[in-house]
Amino acid sequence: MIRLEGVTRRYGDELAVDDLSLEVAEGEVCVLIGPSGCGKTTTLRMINRLIEPSGGSIMVNGRNVMSMRPEELRRGLGYVIQSIGLFPHLSVERNIGVVPHLLGWDKQRMAERARELLHLVGLDPEVYLGKYPRQLSGGEAQRVGVARALAADPPVLLMDEPFGAVDPLNRERLQAEFARIQRELHKTVLFVTHDIDEAIRLADKVAIMRDGRLQQFASPEEVLNHPANKFVHDFVGADRALKRLVRVRVEDVMRSPAIVQEGSEELAFRVAAGRRRFVYVIDAAGKLVGWMDTADLEPDMDPAEALTRVDPAQASVRSDASLRDALSRMLGLGFRAIAVTDDKCRLVGEVTFAAVEEAMTEGDEHITNIAEEDAG
Amino acid sequence: MSRRRTIAIAVTVAGALAFVWLINATALWEFALRALFPTLRDVLMPRDTLATFVLQHLALVGTSSVLTIAVGVPLGIWVTRRSGAEFRSLVVAGTDLGQTFPPVAVLALAMPVLGFGFWPTIMALFIYGLFPVVSATIAGIEAVPRSVVEAGVGMGMSSSQVLMRAELPLASRVIVSGIRTSVAINIGTATVGAAIGTGGLGVPIIGGLAVQNMAYVLEGAIPAALLAVLADSILAQVESAVTVAEG
Ligand SMILES: Nc1ncnc2c1ncn2[C@@H]1O[C@H](COP(=O)(O)OP(=O)(O)OP(=O)(O)O)[C@@H](O)[C@H]1O
Ligand SMILES: [Mg+2]
Repeated sequence: MIRLEGVTRRYGDELAVDDLSLEVAEGEVCVLIGPSGCGKTTTLRMINRLIEPSGGSIMVNGRNVMSMRPEELRRGLGYVIQSIGLFPHLSVERNIGVVPHLLGWDKQRMAERARELLHLVGLDPEVYLGKYPRQLSGGEAQRVGVARALAADPPVLLMDEPFGAVDPLNRERLQAEFARIQRELHKTVLFVTHDIDEAIRLADKVAIMRDGRLQQFASPEEVLNHPANKFVHDFVGADRALKRLVRVRVEDVMRSPAIVQEGSEELAFRVAAGRRRFVYVIDAAGKLVGWMDTADLEPDMDPAEALTRVDPAQASVRSDASLRDALSRMLGLGFRAIAVTDDKCRLVGEVTFAAVEEAMTEGDEHITNIAEEDAG
Repeated sequence: MSRRRTIAIAVTVAGALAFVWLINATALWEFALRALFPTLRDVLMPRDTLATFVLQHLALVGTSSVLTIAVGVPLGIWVTRRSGAEFRSLVVAGTDLGQTFPPVAVLALAMPVLGFGFWPTIMALFIYGLFPVVSATIAGIEAVPRSVVEAGVGMGMSSSQVLMRAELPLASRVIVSGIRTSVAINIGTATVGAAIGTGGLGVPIIGGLAVQNMAYVLEGAIPAALLAVLADSILAQVESAVTVAEG
């Protein structure tokens, strides 16, 4: 748990951080966001005492940071710095082992931990353990930076724009990975970004700052639905409805689809029973093969001819994807519904455009679903 | 170790052995110098053997370089620490000044204090060689990316751990290259020591100039030049050994 009370940092006459109070509950992700220079990094660095506050108090796990030895405090706080800062003279394995080494772990334990963490951040240990930082791409280096911060399994993580140096495509992948890792590890995280989409996607709580002052500290839904002031309203942007979709997972709004097995296409009519236009076709293993448009079916044609075969990876969304992913996939393909598959491409449901629309306008109901699920 | 490194080391070792053989090959020197200067009565300085001059020279250069490194590297480190930061420009200016002083002038200044002989020369060489080592140490440490230092501190390293595990390993290549420069300067400058009776390869050079015997001058100058090349290539091996993998 992290608690800041009335924290202030002065540089000359300027207040980089001005009377900041916020609390990150155990196991929660708080995203600190705001324009460049608003004091995000300064706030983070006061927590691990790289910068001393000019006023206020900071507690980590119930202890005032000023009462702890800085080295001891920092070894318990995983820290991902804005500029990555891997040690260029050490291999990936030894970079990950820096803190465990400081803590006196034995060699074998460090080696095992490095492998485990590379797996966790989605890098193949066989390939990456022996590499040196300059042999890594920006995105790979940031993953190693995250692995390094996790090495000694600190309960609290301070992450300063951990995905800042990554292109949008890979950034989304890393965000998804982060969300997955966090569902597993339940760290207490203070995460800095200036990307509002990233904040909405990852946060349990969002803290929006401007010129060192906290503007709003609330759940992403609250920030989207009730921005505290004009600054927050403008910062969140005009596409609030669209952003809300990021918070809704496909599996929470999907419905069960009309299905026939491959080879029994003639049953499509009966399955559709006049209520569903599209009937999905699956193989014996449950994998999505394609669909049939019952509007195309004529009584005297071979029903198999009405089957449109598809590549499941292209023409469906995963059940843990966000509704926004589903929407953009639908728009991209020009459909008013899309199949939902699991990690083995097995059909598990269907999301319709109507469901997306509903979530956009009355998002709150689905949002409570997610919140409950996350809490449970 | 790469094939290239192995070859480079083998060549250096062979060069060192060849050098040892050459400075002991009195007959060869005698023959070659007589061929060049047939009119001279003596072509090798009778005062000592060439090997002795070389050993004296090595003693001068070795002692002064050890001192230079022992003082220069810590001094350079200290002024990059917070505790020594305010002395940074003073130290740089001081060592810089030491180098712009002609070595003979340093000798003249050192003599009244330290007297004739070995130690005044060491003093002069030490002051002379200090600048490249100090400035390379500072440059090497200051070239370490800030993000690396910040990451180290942020992960809970003490400042000495950051120094030993990140800053020095990353600066070592630059520091060794400063030492290379310093040693090269010292090998040449040590010849002036002969003027105040410390021996070394300066003896035949200065003696030869005094009695207009060019064979003596070559007897000192050629081994001094070879020694400089040899020392440089040995240190080059050290430099590539400390150049951390970095892939
Ligand atoms: N050492 C310093 N001396 C003086 N002013 C400073 C110092 N460090 C930061 N500041 C000022 O404090 C303010 C906040 O800086 P900070 O680095 O926390 O911003 P940030 O929100 O992290 O910005 P960014 O998104 O660009 O990383 C800035 O106006 C900056 O100029
Ligand atoms: Mg910042």
